[in-house]
Amino acid sequence: MPAKIRKLVTILEDIREEMGRPIAPPTRRAAAVAVIENPFAGRYVEDLTALMDIGEELGGLLAEKAVAALGIAGSAVQSYGKAAAVGENGELEHAAAILHPKLGAPVRKVLGKGAALIPSSKKRCGPGGVLDVPLGHKDAAFVRSHFDGMEVRINDAPRADEIMVAVVVTDSGRPLPRVGGLKASEIKGEDGLR
Amino acid sequence: MIRNPFAGRYVEEIASFMDDLKPLGLDMAKSLLAALGGSASAIEGYGKGAIVGAAGELEHGALWHVPGGYAMRELLGDAKAIVPSTKKLGGPGTRLDVPVTHINASYVRSHFDAMEVGLADAPKADELLLALVMTTGPRIHARVGGLAAADVKGEDGLR
Repeated sequence: MPAKIRKLVTILEDIREEMGRPIAPPTRRAAAVAVIENPFAGRYVEDLTALMDIGEELGGLLAEKAVAALGIAGSAVQSYGKAAAVGENGELEHAAAILHPKLGAPVRKVLGKGAALIPSSKKRCGPGGVLDVPLGHKDAAFVRSHFDGMEVRINDAPRADEIMVAVVVTDSGRPLPRVGGLKASEIKGEDGLR
Repeated sequence: MIRNPFAGRYVEEIASFMDDLKPLGLDMAKSLLAALGGSASAIEGYGKGAIVGAAGELEHGALWHVPGGYAMRELLGDAKAIVPSTKKLGGPGTRLDVPVTHINASYVRSHFDAMEVGLADAPKADELLLALVMTTGPRIHARVGGLAAADVKGEDGLR
């Protein structure tokens, strides 16, 4: 059962200045968000396989849209994150079913790599609910300059029987990183951590 | 909520403030643990986050990574997994979804979660809102498979 998509939203941020300092080239991040029907809204369903399959479908679609918004090759993506907001007639577990079992593999296929866990968050909320998508370096979770987050909000979603699913990619870390820690230039990128 | 000592201007050297935040982190972690019953062994998930007031810089939120993580690990003994986090800039009333994962193995699927936090009057422009989150269990009705908490090896922080 393919996802029944009501709308797709893409948000692109170019940060050109921070605390009065020019950021050149700008740090950039893009969110691709799908608003879909929740096939299990309003009742308890034990087997969530259908939502897992929808996660797989959306992983590829949203990663492609977000990378396209940045206008870069998938391999040039530096950090990523994912999140889902379930409308009020759904269950938090519906977000989990979309996000965790199958969404990551097609995202990594679009990027070419992605040794690190894809940071995630989830919630249940009404239309206009704000979703914070946590971000981390795609090949080494401990890269401190890339710990970040992007806020996603759609005024009319999620409705009660909907789920809002977001994938975020960036071409950079925070605009002015200077709190030390592991640098992107130092990673091995094998174990997903360092 | 604390005063942001770097609000309103660019300051190059901010990293030493991480040490100053360590006692606060520890106090917060202790309060949090007490709110959850006081037993470190009952804690299964954690996360952290920061909201920077409007006169600050996103980077000021990053100052919370080390002291926030240190505080919870200190209290929970040998928690192995990275503490998931997020940050943003916002005005009073801004909400933040603090991501949550299992304390010993990031891949435990039943514990991927998040908690929304925020306060009506914070952060003011020259403040930082710093958050720690702990949980005592998985998502309610967790049933999407993956690595189970019972199968964690707990060596590399991942599985």
